[in-house]
Amino acid sequence: MSLTNDIWSPIAASGDLPFRHVFHGQLLGQEFAAWRADDGHVNVWENRCLHRGVRLSIGLNDGRELVCQYHGWRYANRTAGCTYIPAHPADAPARTITNRTYPVVERYGLIWTTLGEERGPPARPELDSGDLLTLREMAANAPAAMAVAALRRHGDDGGQEGDGLSVTLTTPEGTRAAFFVQPVDSGRCVIRGVLAGDRSPDSIATLRLHNERLKALRDVIEAEALAAPAPEPLAPVYAPVSAELAEMPGLLKAGRRASLSVAVSRKWAAGADVAGFELAAVSGGLPTFQPGGHIDVHLPNGLIRPYSLVNAPGETGSYVIGVKRDPASRGGSQTLHETVREGDLLAISEPRNNFPLRRDANLTIFIAGGVGVTPLIAMAQALDHSGSAIAFHCFARDEAHIAFADRLGALKSRFTPHLGLDPVETEARLRTLLGQRPVGAHVYLCGPTPMLETARRVAAEAGWPEAAVHFEYFKNERAVDAGSSFEIALARSALTLTVPAGRTILEVLRDNGVDLPSSCEQGACGTCEATVLEGEPDHQDVYLSDAEKREGRRIMTCVSRARSARITLDV
Amino acid sequence: MSGFASPDPVTLNLWHPIAAIGEIPPGKVSATVLLDEPVNFAKVADGEPFVWRARPELRAGDAAPSTRPADALPSLVAYGYLWTSLGTPPEEIFAIPEYAEPDRRNVAAASIGVAVSAPRAIENFLDMGHFPYVHTGILGEQPHTEVKEYDVETSAERDEVLATRCRFFQPMASTVAKGGMEVEYVYRVPHPFCSVLYKSSPLDANRQDVIAIFLQPVGQERIRAHMMLSILDDQNDDTFIRRFQLMVFGQDKPILENQFPKRLPLDPRAETPIRADKSAIAYRRWLSAKGVTYGVIPAAA
Repeated sequence: MSLTNDIWSPIAASGDLPFRHVFHGQLLGQEFAAWRADDGHVNVWENRCLHRGVRLSIGLNDGRELVCQYHGWRYANRTAGCTYIPAHPADAPARTITNRTYPVVERYGLIWTTLGEERGPPARPELDSGDLLTLREMAANAPAAMAVAALRRHGDDGGQEGDGLSVTLTTPEGTRAAFFVQPVDSGRCVIRGVLAGDRSPDSIATLRLHNERLKALRDVIEAEALAAPAPEPLAPVYAPVSAELAEMPGLLKAGRRASLSVAVSRKWAAGADVAGFELAAVSGGLPTFQPGGHIDVHLPNGLIRPYSLVNAPGETGSYVIGVKRDPASRGGSQTLHETVREGDLLAISEPRNNFPLRRDANLTIFIAGGVGVTPLIAMAQALDHSGSAIAFHCFARDEAHIAFADRLGALKSRFTPHLGLDPVETEARLRTLLGQRPVGAHVYLCGPTPMLETARRVAAEAGWPEAAVHFEYFKNERAVDAGSSFEIALARSALTLTVPAGRTILEVLRDNGVDLPSSCEQGACGTCEATVLEGEPDHQDVYLSDAEKREGRRIMTCVSRARSARITLDV
Repeated sequence: MSGFASPDPVTLNLWHPIAAIGEIPPGKVSATVLLDEPVNFAKVADGEPFVWRARPELRAGDAAPSTRPADALPSLVAYGYLWTSLGTPPEEIFAIPEYAEPDRRNVAAASIGVAVSAPRAIENFLDMGHFPYVHTGILGEQPHTEVKEYDVETSAERDEVLATRCRFFQPMASTVAKGGMEVEYVYRVPHPFCSVLYKSSPLDANRQDVIAIFLQPVGQERIRAHMMLSILDDQNDDTFIRRFQLMVFGQDKPILENQFPKRLPLDPRAETPIRADKSAIAYRRWLSAKGVTYGVIPAAA
């Protein structure tokens, strides 16, 4: 028997992963944090927070995410991607901060994993009948081989399967049993037994009986191990983080590329004129998202449209978006509504987050208009799940026009609909909601332009600081003036280029081989941002706040231009 | 794994704390371990403390020798603690001028064993981000989790790491704090295994409380943490102040003992830093530059 990384071994019993628990497991010297999310998914991860190496097995399982005890970093169910770093509440963590995950199979009442290939645990046909009784595990300070040898004195090694770590036998009572030996380390193991077709009326007595037998067996092998020279313990491998993550800090941005292929697993009417889409990975898993994040959907007709993710934390099996049918559509929403059906494949970008959610507010108020609920639902679900104070206000024509009403309804008393208000009534209602800022409150706004403009004005008049008012526009409805001509100097590539009237900075950059990520390309989403080192920007976007625009350090390259003859960008 | 490596020359020549002066039993030999080496110490007849490498004929609990042993190691008394060295230490130990101010309470607050390397414990001492999670309700509280921008420099002249303008919201910053407030910290690392923090005093806006941590590297992955307070507190007795410090450090201990690897990795790719970790990054670079290898995993050349 050789203990290679390719072996599959049980590291826990199913019963070791009760509701919201984190279990500490180990295989061949490598430690795991194993936890079951509320959706049933079992996660087996390296037992170490990527930040400062603290064991995640002492962390908190909140049902959707695993929270490190040391600094509260949150890692998502299934993807193990970091979704929030509390020390920097205004930043979206780099998507690539992802913990090491291991393949998991739950079979025969045991949780199996491997340090090697994903080929699956050994099949034990005699255990496929169901009616299994998982025995209490027996840990022994002895090498796995000694446990296997001792078990073999009572049975056989399972014939053709023969991974060298399991033994099947018939108990003196006539029950078929399989024993799996988990090599915890070179000198330690755990024996896990499963009885097949056990029909004894008193399972506690059966468990006790086998526990006594296994104890006796443990005493024998531990005595044997003491007499033999102790093997060197296996050194755990701490894989280095990627070079980008070792640098402080910076978001990694990808280009406007459709790097993921997804299938429409469900399409439904999420509200009047709003189609809900559930998008599942065609192979493998989906990357980690954060509340407020969006994906670009690349449509069959060549259009690219950003849509916010509605997903709750830990809801990592698929992406959920809501698409409003826009009568003035250039073909984006129309195609999704009319042409795309369940089962169709779509190309999408990885999720990006230009609308990050702070989680350090005393109270977070969400104000949504129409389909503007989508990013705010994702945010509200995240805060609500962790018990933070929220108030969600949704403005809509009528009840039927409230999209994702099921998710909003789950917010219970924290959700208030405001139906059928005209612009004057809307402003009056916004004055009631924002008239006085509660201490430490933040507000998040998303909806049609007139409503956003009103809400921002009302908040400003009521004395809300700009830093506490967060917003996302559907689109930039301001008239973009592309009449100017100016020079851009690129500090990193030492290039000077001319942006003529009618062309954007982004286009000129791309023409010259400088790729910058982008998404909406109309100054609403914030993806194509660049840092201004010198010169005066001519802001034409609706992404930056007024204070940020005055500061003049950031520019949206898809629509904004320069007032000065020359502008220097950190590109 | 932990291995008995012979300490690097920098570590060997440092002054290391081994006991609170006030806790050395008079007339008896005491024992401890420094850099994997058993050492003994005692106050001799006139009350002066001495330290020597343990020898079999003189064991802990035996009557103290009446005069200075011939093979005594260098020793000095500073900040309420007895310090020694297994190499050739500098003339003086780093300065904490506030300790001499007459109206301060100087308390040798506690000595606690922790199964972790000294540099890991220093990083924890420099870290504010864990306050709301590890010292909940005392040094931090959710949702106030933000670590604001602060400044870090490595002073070549004083050979120490200095972090300034560190601000954090604290619900109960000290024994005399009343309610929450944003406190301002300054952190110094004047010694690879010692750090001194200055925090705004709740009693006097113009002065600062001083809290220092002096780590005794018992081995590469085991320390005794000695704490010293020099504070403005005219209300509480030493026992109360000690209990408060013990409570706070007792919250750090289980976190530190669950950190892996136990030695501090100096390779930048071993862990994932964020902006809040600026001081830790400066500390790691300073250790690398000094050539400290004890208690760390040096970066591959």
